Amino acid sequence: MLALAYLALLLVLPVGLVLWRTVEHGAGPVWHALTQPNAIHAFRLTVTVAVVAVVCNTIFGVGLAVLLVRHNFPGKRVLNAVVDLPLAVSPVVVGLALILVYGPSGGVGRWLGDHGMRVIFAVPGMVLATIFVSLPLVVREVAPVLEEIGTEQEQAAWTLGASSVQTFRRVTLPAIRWAVAYGVVLTLARALGEYGAVAVVSGRVVGKTQTATLFVEERFQNFDQSAAYAMAFALAVLAVVVLLALNLLRPSEET
Amino acid sequence: MTAPVVDVAVPEGPLHPQRSVAAGRVRGTGLSLGLATLYLSLIVLIPLGAVVWRSRLRGLGAFWHAVRAPEAWAALRLTVVAAMVVAMVNVVMGTLIAWVLVRDGFPGKRVVDTLIDLPFALPTIVAGLVLLALYGPNSPVGIDLAYKRVGVVVALLFVTLPFVVRTVQPVLLEFDREMEEAAASLGAGRATIFRRIVLPNLYPAITAGAALSFARAISEFGSTVLISGNLPFKTQVAAVHIYGRIESDDPTGAAAVSVVLLVVALLVLVSLDLAQRWAARRG
Repeated sequence: MLALAYLALLLVLPVGLVLWRTVEHGAGPVWHALTQPNAIHAFRLTVTVAVVAVVCNTIFGVGLAVLLVRHNFPGKRVLNAVVDLPLAVSPVVVGLALILVYGPSGGVGRWLGDHGMRVIFAVPGMVLATIFVSLPLVVREVAPVLEEIGTEQEQAAWTLGASSVQTFRRVTLPAIRWAVAYGVVLTLARALGEYGAVAVVSGRVVGKTQTATLFVEERFQNFDQSAAYAMAFALAVLAVVVLLALNLLRPSEET
Repeated sequence: MTAPVVDVAVPEGPLHPQRSVAAGRVRGTGLSLGLATLYLSLIVLIPLGAVVWRSRLRGLGAFWHAVRAPEAWAALRLTVVAAMVVAMVNVVMGTLIAWVLVRDGFPGKRVVDTLIDLPFALPTIVAGLVLLALYGPNSPVGIDLAYKRVGVVVALLFVTLPFVVRTVQPVLLEFDREMEEAAASLGAGRATIFRRIVLPNLYPAITAGAALSFARAISEFGSTVLISGNLPFKTQVAAVHIYGRIESDDPTGAAAVSVVLLVVALLVLVSLDLAQRWAARRG
């Protein structure tokens, strides 16, 4: 009873209230708030950044998992620990770290600036920040599955003369596909919802480098509650979709 | 998102990965290792190294001075104390929720079970907004936690809710009921059984969940921004303080506080890892 009351007070009632507040005047105002140019731009930017981050982290995540499980090399434990590092770093510190290196006063940043490339206060920096915070998610889903399936089938493919690319595509990939899908959904959710790291590196220029989460905060601070609630509503709906997707993927992993 | 994978009850040794590595693989190792190292260096290691380097730029004295600056020190203290409170509340409530989800049957149990993960999926800024709607100045229930320390703790409780539940739940699911039945047949009461039989078996999982929620709580930013109102010396947590330092163009001060946060988080996670290895070896 106590446990359920705690959940209701901390989780269900607050979320429910915002959902209710958003839709109580009908779908019209929500639609209106979400279709204003700044909101559309924010949404588009969020999706772009998230998709790039997911693609990078999926490719490197699967590669890293294969490396960590199937290969032996000195420093493997160190690499393993470094992969988990982003989980221990505050989003704000992620932003600061990227600014120090890629910002206008950082060494690399100045060099890139001289060559006409802006990273910080621009989209590339936001992509970097999003990659940073969601980096371990695919690796940590794929590595245990790789460990579990073992190498017998891969070795069988090898003895039958398959190349390493063929072995990976025809044998390994089908076996880990659900784990990859699970990791991708987790990465996507984290990427769409990232706030702190992106807030620091984006410079939060309305209509330029403002993502959906930054839009929520900026509208709220400017007393435009209905727009803030509408975007929060959209993000919450996405979060629920993610939860349902994860629930669907989980059982299929076992088959 | 989901809690980082924690092997609380370490599974029996994985089928030892093959010792014979196919010939072509050895060649591939160098290349992919190089690429992986490059990727991690450019995105994670070099930037974090820059933070550490920056904090020490003017010597250890300046570093310490920046950390002990009244505003920074107050923010750090609030952050650590709030994170401890949050970890303790999570230990009690998380264990209780896991217990209810595993042992009790009630309608809508699957929905509740799914909802536990919502704080991981919900963007943190939305979490802050949502809490402010119910417990803010316009609260329909008349509870206003905005700009108060309690508000900060509630926000941190929200985002760390899943950690203890999700580490304890699998252990409870696999728990052998026979031990409890044996204790009951010997005349132990329910409270005694829980305290003497169940709880000791849950300790590793509870500790892991508490450590993870502590680490998450000290680094949390998004959910505390709106509800804390960012009042120095009162509700300003470390991450928000760092953000303020960056905005007012003081990267050295920001880096100093960042290093403290990093070190505390790493200490907690490394000791958790060591404790788990030790427990696994002791069996």
